[in-house]
Order: sequence, then C-alpha cells, then structure tokens
Amino acid sequence: MRENTRQETLDDPKLQLALYTATGRLMDHRKKAIGGGKVPEYQDLRTRAAAVKRHTLDYLDVYLTQFEAAVQANGGKVIWARDGAEAADFILSLAKEKGESLIVKSKSMTSEEIHLNDRLIKHELETVETDLGEYIIQLAGLRPYHIVAPALQMTRYDVSTLFEEKLGIAKDDVIENQTMTARRVLREKFLAAGIGITGANFLVADSGAVVIVENEGNARLSSSAPKIQIAIAGIEKMIPRVRDLGVFLALLGRSATGQALTSYTSILSGPRRKDERDGPEEFYVVLLDAGRTKLLADKEKRESLQCIRCGACLNYCPVYRKVGGHSYPWVYSGPIGKIITPQFQGKEKDPWLPFMSSLCGVCAEVCPVKIDIPKILLALRRESQKSSDDAGAMKWFARLMTRPWLYRLAASFGLGWLGRKDGVWVREVKWPASSGPLKDWLAVRDFPAPPEQSFRDWWEKRRK
Amino acid sequence: MSSAREEIINRVRAAISRKVGDKPAAPPEPLLRIRGYKLDEKIAAFRAALEALSGTVTETHSRAETQSAVKRLLDGRTAVASAHPLLAEQWVTEIEVVQSGLTGADLRNACASAGVGITSAYCLLAETGTIVFRASAEESRLISLLPPVHIAVVSSRRMLGGLDEMLSMIARPVDDSSAMVFITGPSRTGDIEQILVRGVHGPGHVHVVIVHEEDIR
Repeated sequence: MRENTRQETLDDPKLQLALYTATGRLMDHRKKAIGGGKVPEYQDLRTRAAAVKRHTLDYLDVYLTQFEAAVQANGGKVIWARDGAEAADFILSLAKEKGESLIVKSKSMTSEEIHLNDRLIKHELETVETDLGEYIIQLAGLRPYHIVAPALQMTRYDVSTLFEEKLGIAKDDVIENQTMTARRVLREKFLAAGIGITGANFLVADSGAVVIVENEGNARLSSSAPKIQIAIAGIEKMIPRVRDLGVFLALLGRSATGQALTSYTSILSGPRRKDERDGPEEFYVVLLDAGRTKLLADKEKRESLQCIRCGACLNYCPVYRKVGGHSYPWVYSGPIGKIITPQFQGKEKDPWLPFMSSLCGVCAEVCPVKIDIPKILLALRRESQKSSDDAGAMKWFARLMTRPWLYRLAASFGLGWLGRKDGVWVREVKWPASSGPLKDWLAVRDFPAPPEQSFRDWWEKRRK
Repeated sequence: MSSAREEIINRVRAAISRKVGDKPAAPPEPLLRIRGYKLDEKIAAFRAALEALSGTVTETHSRAETQSAVKRLLDGRTAVASAHPLLAEQWVTEIEVVQSGLTGADLRNACASAGVGITSAYCLLAETGTIVFRASAEESRLISLLPPVHIAVVSSRRMLGGLDEMLSMIARPVDDSSAMVFITGPSRTGDIEQILVRGVHGPGHVHVVIVHEEDIR
C-alpha cells in the first residue's frame, strides 16, 4: 500500500469519514474521563506534571547518571546511542553474539523515528511488530498515521484485504475475527522470540525503572516471554521518582484514550531476580540522543521535550482531522509533529510545516504537560521568515500601511483594478491579481473584496 | 574519540549550562491524592470500576465459598495457579483441573495451553479496579498474561484506595521485585476503527474473588 497525498486525503470521502470518526471517538473518551469535574484536580495535575518535566530537563545530566547507576544496581545495562545507527548497531551485535534471529517488538515511536525495523530487517533479523495497529501498518509497509492509533486511517475492509494478501487467509471483515487472527499469528512469535524490544513511556531515575503503558498486553509479553529485553527510549523520557507516576499516569491514560489507568502499566527494573519464577534473563536500556540535546539547548523551545506522547493534540486539531497523519513529513504528525519535526530534522527541510496551522490553540489547551505549541509554532515561523522572500513583501506592505499618503494613493488606484465577482476577489480575474504579487496568494484562497466605496471617500463626502 | 556516553552527557551539560558538581535543586514535591475510605466503600468502588470494564467481582467469607466461586468461574476449563500461599489456604489448588507448583519450561508450557490463569495479588486499587501484580517467588509473570482468562483471588486486607495511596506506601517497588504491573481490566485494543475488542494479547476476561479473611478463623 502507499500513502495518500494531502489532496487525495481531502478528496476521499471515506477517508475523511474514517478520520473524523476515529478522532471524534478519541475526543469523546477524553471528555468523558476529564469533563464534568471527574478529576477536580485536573489543572493542578497539569501544572505539576509540567513543573516536574521542566525540572528534570533542567538537571537532566544528574538524572541520567542516577538512572544508569540504578539500572546497573538492578543487574541491567545502559547503552548510550548518539543516533539511530548506534542504537541499531548495538541490537545487531547483541543478536549476533547471542545467536538470536527473531525479535518481537512492542509499540515505540522512538524506534519508528530511527527506522529501527528497516535497519534490523536489512541484516536478516526477523523483527515483528506486535501492537495490533503497528502489526497492520508493518504488513502494509506504511508509517504510523497517529502517535497512539498507528492504523487510524484503515477500515475493517482495508484490513480484510491486507490480511488476505499478506497472510493468505480468506477475506473477513469482522473486527473481532481480525483481532483474533493477529493474536494467533503473534502468539507463536512471542513464544519463539529470543529478544523483545519495547519502548518506554517513562524512565524513572531513582529506581532505574522503565515504565510502559499499554492496553493490549503485547508490551508485557515482549518484556516477559523472551530471554532478552531491550527497552529503547529518548533521554527526555526521564522522571525523578516512582512517586511522580501518580501525576503522570493520571494524565496520560485520560488524555490518550479516556482511561483512568490503561489495561496494563508495567514498572520494569532489571532482569528476573534469582528467586522470581519467570522474566527475562538480560535487561538493556538504550538511551537515545538523536537530536534531543540540540533541542535541549534551545531555551525558547525546550519545552517540546516535555511531551508524553498522548496524542490528544492530534485528535483535537482541526488541521490534523482534515489532512490526516500522512500529510506530515515525519513519523510524528499533528501539532506536536509540527513543532518537533523541524527541530529534529532541520528547519530547511519542510519550511512550510509550521505554517500548516490555524493557531486556534486547542492543542495547548488539551496538552497534559502544558506545552505551548502555538508559541513554538510562531517562533518557528519567525525563524523561517528571517530567511524567506516573503519577509521582503511584508516590509513593503508595512511601508504602505504606515504612510497615509501612499495608502490613499494605492487605495484610489489599486482597489479598482482588482476584478471582483459576487463581492469576492477572485482568482480568474485579469491582471494584476492573476499575475501580480497577489497571484500565489489568491490561487488557493478567495478573499472578500473591499466595498466599492472606501471609508475615506465615504467620510469625505459625508463631511461636505 | 570520546565514548557515546561521555559525549551525550557533555552535550546535555552544555545544553543546560550545568557544570559537574553544581548542586541540583530539589524536584517539586510529588502530588499524591489520597482519600480516606472504609473497607465497604473501597469494595463497592472496586466493583463498580472493574464491572465497567466488563470484569467481575465475587466476595467470599469461607474457604468452601472461595473454592466454589473459583470452580464456578473455571466452568470446566483447565487452569494453572501461582504459588501464592492464599491459593492453597483457600483450597483453590485442590480443585482437580488446577495445576500448581510449576517452574521453568513446565510453567511456560502450562500457561500457553491452560484455559485460565489463577493468581493472587500484591494489592488491589479500589478507585480504578486495578490488580497490582509483583513478580516474586510466589507469582509468575506469565500466569496472568498467557491464558485467555485471569482469576485473581485476593484478601480484602489487601484493598487500597488507589494508586497514589500505594505509591505513598512504597517509594521504590524495585527494592522487592523486578516487575510490578497494574492490571486494570481485560486486554483490549481499538486499533481498527477505534472499535473496542477484548482479549487481543492478554486475557479477555478478568475475575476477582475478594476473600473476607477477617471472617475466616
């Protein structure tokens, strides 16, 4: 399967309905879990969560080393990776050393970010995604459509066709049956795999613990059944203490899927102890930089690193709900994708991205850790304008607007020239709108034309 | 060439302008919301929360009652039970179809084929209907995970108000175990069309039997 372009997404009524329904359901769940005074301390929780995250980033070196020491004390090992290649190299050499060839993976946006599967599969390691949504998009060869619901755009009919083609089973568009097919196929993988790779929602410095929040049980299986567990996480996932989970877990589940607690929250710290009945024999945590320290140095935008990946800003975003996840250039879509993509991938690559927003501010309002996304979008716009042609046009506009005589002149001549139809400046009209500086602008917008008589004229005539 | 570790830590220090040895400020105080409940309030809240997630709650007041409650929930299916002493004490392991005391590969195979997994719990959280699992010599990770049905037999003395109360009591779960898991209802997914399906990888059915130990002498 291939990704839809932005225009195809907008033109496809089925896809529009799928997007509208799925994000609508997620919004409803969140409203039911938070609204109506269900969580009276909700705003205090947000404030505290933001403060804890800010504090942790301010002293990140301290917490990273504390975390490392605690993991080692628990019998685990920390691997530091400057980039995706280093993370993948570690896993490849470990698999080779241990003679393992099958890896089960639970959902991790961090691993999507560094294209971990591609890197491992290229070296003939069978790497199987086990979260239902991730499994579906891995079969389809697509990138995640949504941070929390990776296959959000696909209907049961799409899945039916996909399973027929990739698994060779008869077409079946009952969602329960499709889910049970995945359970059956993946259960065998869980029991056969030698390595389980998970992500991490939080890294707890005082305990050397990895916290994983999920609903399906695939992260529990990935971290319990195979001999070796590897957790991969960005360095910004740190929190100081286990007790801070009170605040973060109260916010994460409710913001993401409207759950007070998700089905499973695992606090994992090291390999199985001597007297424990089961669990992995080896435990590794890969701490990834891959652009995070660069962003950490930017005081104005550092708060982007507070994100706990709940996906609420996507569900509420009027732009995401129309254009969908594949209209964004990277694996992170929606408002949070718009602010972290330029900062991780370079601002030159997709300079239009911070402008794909109405700045309505709903993303900041629903963010459980109070990231001021519109403020950061404006900062990114400002930076991009410094180097763009539009900056020159705006300078001329400013000159025009601050000189009354020039404005009067332009108004008396200019306005009459622009063609209008039904009170709107329209793009089909002749020069200058069709070829002048307004051409690009009017090509994608209708603009209400000013009245035939300007206010100045009207005022002058009235005074007489 | 410096190692990845040194380089990342140095990058972090440069980014936040911190020198080695600068004393860090204390983190904000943890915010824990703890409410006082009576036992019957906690049990009522637990029941409401778990039933809303399609789980069931049974209360028992004697060993015979516990055993027959578990038998009824088993409904003829085979089961594997953990080594938690409460299960033997409450005559659960005496039920004919229940296997217990397994270790290693036997335990793993039994979990993969059994119809039901029976455990106790470290504690229960009333506000959310949560079973708190802790890996130990008595409890295995796979029993509450591989079989399609999970039954937890837990003493009423182990009922807490909520997550924050538990966190206020245990600062570092890691001191006692390599894994603590909060189990809140059955395994579920909404990954296809955001339609809820239960039992995707873990158990699709969760039953809790609360034993009123204060009534048992």
